[in-house]
Formats: sequence, structure tokens, C-alpha cells
Amino acid sequence: MKPRTVNKIATSLIVFFALLIVAILVGLLGYILFRGLSHISWDFLFSAPQKIRAGGGIGPQLFNSLFLLVLTLIITVPLGLGAGIYMAEYARPGKITGFIRLIVEVLSSFPSIVVGLFGLLLIVNYFNLGFSLISGALALTVFNLPLMVRITEQAFRSVPKQQKEAGFALGLSKWKIVTSVLFPVALPTIITGTILSAGRVFGEAAALMFTAGMSSPRLDFTNWNPLSPNSPLNPFRPAETLAVHIWKVNSEGIAPDAAQIAAGASAVLVIMVLIFNLAARYFGRFIYRKLTASKRMN
Amino acid sequence: MKLKNSRIEKHHIEDFVGRTYMSFCVLLLITIIVSMVYFVASKGISTFTSGDVSVTDFLFGTKWSPEADTPSFGAFPFITGSFLVTLLAALIASPLSLCAALFMTEIVPGWGKKLLQPVIELLAGIPSVVYGFIGLSVIVPFLRNNLPGQGIGVAAGALVLSVMILPTITSVAADALASLPQNLKESSYALGATRWQTISRVIIPTTFPAIMTGIVLGMARAFGEALAVQMVIGNAPFVPKSLFESASTLTSVITLGMGNTTMGSAHNNALWSMALVLMLMTFVFVFFVRLLERRNKI
Amino acid sequence: MQFKKSWIMTLALTSVLALSACGNGGANNTGGNAAATNEGSGSKISGSILASGSTALQPLVELVAENFMDKNTGVDIQVQGGGSGTGLTQVAEKQVDIGNSDVFAEEKLKDKDAEKAAALVDHQVAVVAIAAVTHPDAGVDSLTKQQLIDIFTGKVTNWKEVGGADQKIQIINRPGSSGTRATFESFALGTKTEDIPGSIQEDSSGTVKKMIGETPGAIGYLALSYLDDSIKTLSLDGVEASVDNVISGKYPVWAYEHMYTNGEPNGTVKAFLDFFLTDEVQTGEVVELGYIPAVKMQVTRDVAGNVTAK
Repeated sequence: MKPRTVNKIATSLIVFFALLIVAILVGLLGYILFRGLSHISWDFLFSAPQKIRAGGGIGPQLFNSLFLLVLTLIITVPLGLGAGIYMAEYARPGKITGFIRLIVEVLSSFPSIVVGLFGLLLIVNYFNLGFSLISGALALTVFNLPLMVRITEQAFRSVPKQQKEAGFALGLSKWKIVTSVLFPVALPTIITGTILSAGRVFGEAAALMFTAGMSSPRLDFTNWNPLSPNSPLNPFRPAETLAVHIWKVNSEGIAPDAAQIAAGASAVLVIMVLIFNLAARYFGRFIYRKLTASKRMN
Repeated sequence: MKLKNSRIEKHHIEDFVGRTYMSFCVLLLITIIVSMVYFVASKGISTFTSGDVSVTDFLFGTKWSPEADTPSFGAFPFITGSFLVTLLAALIASPLSLCAALFMTEIVPGWGKKLLQPVIELLAGIPSVVYGFIGLSVIVPFLRNNLPGQGIGVAAGALVLSVMILPTITSVAADALASLPQNLKESSYALGATRWQTISRVIIPTTFPAIMTGIVLGMARAFGEALAVQMVIGNAPFVPKSLFESASTLTSVITLGMGNTTMGSAHNNALWSMALVLMLMTFVFVFFVRLLERRNKI
Repeated sequence: MQFKKSWIMTLALTSVLALSACGNGGANNTGGNAAATNEGSGSKISGSILASGSTALQPLVELVAENFMDKNTGVDIQVQGGGSGTGLTQVAEKQVDIGNSDVFAEEKLKDKDAEKAAALVDHQVAVVAIAAVTHPDAGVDSLTKQQLIDIFTGKVTNWKEVGGADQKIQIINRPGSSGTRATFESFALGTKTEDIPGSIQEDSSGTVKKMIGETPGAIGYLALSYLDDSIKTLSLDGVEASVDNVISGKYPVWAYEHMYTNGEPNGTVKAFLDFFLTDEVQTGEVVELGYIPAVKMQVTRDVAGNVTAK
């Protein structure tokens, strides 16, 4: 065969497969939304689930997912920033730094079920925190932290060298340079990365089944005292998240409309992930413009 | 003069506090991984130290009947199952991902990237329970109606996994292709090579280690994925004779058995040993990634 | 400067969380036991109860707990899942007040753990009956015990061999650790079975039901509460799997739902467990969720499986 013919065939194959991937995504999203959207209503989003009757909602689960996400970020963001800045600005290349980098890599590739089991053993049983939001948040920290470290490190490394040098020339201390010169420039990248990682936390289920539990006690949404057991804000109550709820409804649900609930909840979950993706893009640009007063970004 | 001194002192204190905090974060990372390895390993080893099962019986025994009167704990079917679905998923996903990466960087670098980048990010963002849900309600019925077997089985698991690892492989491969020096390609075209000749003889050979890195990372994800696989693979504790037969993976048998067994029982310990195998495999995958990265540098 | 402040804020928040974590952990430990202070005086009971275990039993316990909390506003009951094994582990370790289980504790905690099982006190709150079910097109209404054994051990592989349609049999089983499987094997088959290659194993009743309904030639077993028109319920040796037949002891495939306490319960926990056995709950929530009231049973069964008339 002539090279030109081969080229044509190969190129069309590549284009075909690339478009096939797009088609897979469109098909997936279409299927989820088509099956689920008809079931989504205000009532579905905010009412409590029903055990045996039809018409239950996903209100507490949605709240739990969001609250767990906030808790996880409260723990991971400061820790991830600290370790990430250390890796980017303070660590000298050498055996120890290499070792820490290896740790970050290994931690981020642990299967989530292993993280969940570790959480069950250490956090739930050994520390006796039980199946609770805080146990879930700590387990999620295990695999969100390495992500945050990597995001922060990359963000700091991508800051132009001249900015740092200018800081040194002004006689600023290293810490001052890190916090007031480098951090603002790195922030948009960090925020974008954080929101994207938040999307993954939001959809995690395997690690949470063993740590945050698969039950949601009755919540009193008028009680905002975090120490009261039926307050939604109490971090020591068990909490079933949306992803875990889909798993449970799919497998154990005895409500007559279990299939529709699973479809509706899946659609909500996917829509939330879409929102996170869009927010990451939009927010990154917005902050960048704010902090640099530049209109260059398109 | 005095004022200046105090300012310098303040800087020193800030610097000190900052450094201490960062060291704390890094130490925490190390603590997490050390305790994880310690706890999972000590639980996982107890199967062998308690004298119930020998290491070879566990790794190569083909009979899994943990609750029988004379129980046997052969995990070989699960280990093979895990490797089988992982390899199959990589076989399906790798060519697709490579095409997508080539499409983004070589065929239509402009809008190709604009189109596929968000597609890849969204595919990565869809939670694994949703993939499982779709696998159960789309892929399984499709296989059941068009191919031998009951739909549920190794093929369904591999298909679900291949979609899940597409984004990992694609983004790593696309990064590698994009970082290829422009003049390498240009000289190939200048010699009169067609696009496919350039791709197959220049681009892919040079970026091969990086592409392999992506594939290994994807396989690591597939190997550890729990819920989506468990929902569609059928969970029979046997080495499957065909791709359309029900089988198990390490993760699926852990998810099924962990809650139903009591801590410290031989059955439960065997599940922890499987978690240990999962953890050791993570190390192996990270090792291969490192090896490939080293080759990539040279 | 701004950033530093927010850093300190987040740090402070984290440490507050960590501190309160310690505080609550301690409180949880004593919560269940130190709970009821004025027991017996007939006045209000208060305190908190933590229960965990069987996911099958969880909806029932949650429902009863809500009812109980409505009546006793000072009581807080948390019901968690995790599986029977988890519930038994946690109640044996005194991490929870009540461990919910589908099986007798002695069956899970054996050999070196037998001591732990001895310390647990059994409260049988409901009975669950299990029926063999098939895909509607299998063409069989009733099977004998021997036929069931032949099917589940792989001796019979086609429905026509037991008088049904010419259709390959697909077994949808449960994993070896499942309480439902233990019950089915003990009382329907009378023997433990080995898994056969090609069988499908699912732990959860919802999935099992979905699969049997969708897969031609499928056979499996489900609790009575899951039965509906999408699947065909089989009689065993001609005895219909009905509530009445279970109560009278004619239909043998049933098991207790257990709520274990570590030692004799007192105070709030006892009040809650007693409430479980009142007529209101036994004919209310228990029946509503498809269980059979434990108090109505005309026969009893011990750990070894011996059935005696009450």
C-alpha cells in the first residue's frame, strides 16, 4: 500500500476513536440525565428518604456530601499547603525529598478500599470515633492530601523565577516571599486544583462505606448546635453520602421506587460534578484577574 | 534602629513558625503512610502467623470456601481475576486513549484539545458508583442479549473499567506528546514522511516510556477499583473459563465479605491479607512508573 | 497578611475539631451505660444508644428507634449498618450498645472467639423467612428439598430435569459469609454447599432480586419482604412460603433477627429492647417491613437448629 493511503486510513481511525470517546461521554451523560432528570424535583432534593414507601428524597444525603466535603477541605487544605510549599520552596533535592515525593505518589495511588479499611481499623475502631462524619473526613484526607500537596507544589513551581528574585532583592524574608509574593500568584492554580479534587471527594463511596457509615439519623435542620446529636452540623454523627446512598439503594432498597431514586441521585451526583468542573474553570480565571489586575486571560 | 531590629526579629519568628508548621505537615504525611503500612500489614500477616493458612496456600490455592467445616482460603482466583480485568481494561483503553491523545496534539491541535480536554476531565469526574450503575443497567443487558453467558462477568467488568481508566491514560499520553520537541516532528515531515509515518516511527517510539507510564497508572486505578467492578463481575470465587463467566477480584471479595465477618476471625483475616496484596501491588505499580520515568529522562 | 489570618483561622478550626473529637469519643463510651438514671420510677428515660450491624435489619431498627424517640424525647438512638460481623465485633468490644445480627453470635464468633460470644445476650426481635425464587419463565412452581440440593450442588443444570422449561439454570447465590445463605443452606438444603463455577454471587437482596428478574433461568433465594411479581416464588416440598406457615412451623426456612447486648442490658437499652417486643411494634413496624413477629411464633429454635413447639 502507498504510504499516503496508509496515512489516510490511520488518520481516519484516530479521528474515529477520538470521536468514539466523545460519543461515550455524551452517551453516558445523556443516559444518566435522561433516566434521572424526570425524577428530580425540589421535593426530591430536600426531603428525607423513605424506607418502605415511595416518594423519598435525598435531602440529608446531599447535605452530608457537602458537609463532608467542607470538613475534608478544612483538614486537607492547610496541611496540603504546608507540605506542598515545603516541597516547592524549602526542600533541597536529595534522598529525603525524593523519599517524600515517593510517599506522596504511593499515597495517591492507594486503592480507596484499602484507605477505607485502614480508616475502619484505626479511626473507627481504634480511636473509637465510630462511623461518623469525622471518621469519613479523616479517611478522605488520606487520599486528598497527596493531591493537595502535588497541586500546591506545581502551582508554586510555575510562578516565574523573577518574582521570587525581586522579593529577595527587596530584602524580604523567605517566609514573607512565600506568603505575600508567591502565594497570590499560585492561588488560582491551587483553587482550580482543589475544586477538581473536591469533585472526586464528592463521588467517593468505597472508602466511606467503612468510615462514615451507611446510615443517616434523623436530622433536625432547625438545630444548628454542632454538639447536639441530631444537629446536621454534628461531626460525630454517622452520615450516608449521596454516592453511598446510590450504592445502598441499588443493593438493599426496598422502597418501591428504589430504581428511580438511584437514577435521580446519580443524575444529581453527575450534575454536581459538572458544576465542580465549571466552577474550577471559572473561579481560577476570576481569582487570577482579581489578584493580578490583568485582563490578559481569555 | 530599634524599630528595625524588632521587625527583623518578627520576620525571624514568622520564618520559624512557618518552617515548623511545614515540617509538621510533612511529618504527618510520613506518619500516615507508616501507620497505614503498619496496620494493614500487621492485620494482613495475621492470617499466616496464626497458623491457619500458609503463604503458598493463600497465594496459589484455588479453593475459596471460608465458611465450610474445613475452611480453605485460596485467594488465587481473586488474584487472577484482578489481573485479568486490569489487563483487559488496559488492552481496550490504551489504543483508544492513544488515539485521543494523538487527536488532541497531532491531528487537530486547536479545537481537538478544546473538545477532548473537558470530555476527559468529565469522564474522570464521574463517580465509580455511577459507572457501576450504568454497567449494571446498560452493559450487562447488552452483553446478555448479544453474547453467550449471562451478561455479568469478566467482560462486563473489563468494559466498565476501561472507560474509567481512559482519562488517566489519555491525559498522561497527551502531556507526553505535547512536550515533544517541535523540531523532531518538523524534521520528519521535511524528509517527506506522511503524518502517520511521523506518528508511528518518530512520535510514538520517542514518547513510548511516557505512554507506558500512563498505562501503568491506569492499570493501578483499575486494579484497586472496588464498587463498579463488584456490581458487574458476578463474584463467583473461581478462575473463569471464559470472558463471559462470573468471576471475582480482590476488591470485590473484600467489599462482599468485610461487613459480614467478625474482626479476628480467620475469614476476616484472609480478607485483610487480600488488602495487603492490594497494597503491595500499589508499590509494584509505583515502582514501574518510576522505572519508566527514569527511562524517559534518558 | 490577609492570607495569614485565614491560615490561622483554619488552623484554629482544625484544632477545635480535633479537641472536640477527643471529648466526644469519651462521652460515647459511657453514653449507653450511664444513661438511664431514674429507671423504674416510671418517669422519663433519657440517654443515648448506639446500635450497629446487619444492613438487612437496619431499616427496621431505625424505624422502631424513631418511634421510640418520639415517645421518649430525652433518648437519642443511632442505628448504623456495617454488616452482622461488624455489629458483633463492635458489641463484643463494647464500642456499641447493641449489635444487630442475622445469625446467632455463636456462628460468627467461634473457635478462639467463643468466649466473646458467651458474654453476649441475645434478644430475638423478629423472624425473617426466606423463599427460593426463580425467573418467571423457569416453569416450576414447587421443588422438593432433594431437587433444590441437586440444583445448588450443580447436579441438575437444566430446568427440564425438574419438570420445567428447557432452559439452563443460572444460580444467583450469596457469598459464603452471608447470613441469608447460612439460613437457606441449614434449613432448605440441610447441608453446606460448595460454590459452583459460573454461579453469580451478590450480597444484597435488591441486586439478587433484580438479577433473578432479568436473567432467564435464574434461581436464588430472598427474604419474604422482597418478593413481588417480577419473580416467581417456589414452594418447598409443597409447602407455600407464607407467613402463616412459618408461624405454625410448617415452613422451615426462617431465622431470627438478633439484637445482642454485651451482658444484660439496663436502663435505656433495656427499655428500648422491651419496646421492641411490645404488640405495638411487633404488629406495627415489624409486619410493615415484611418480618414476622417473634412473639407470634408457635415454635422456637436454638443455636443448633433444634425446633421445639412453644
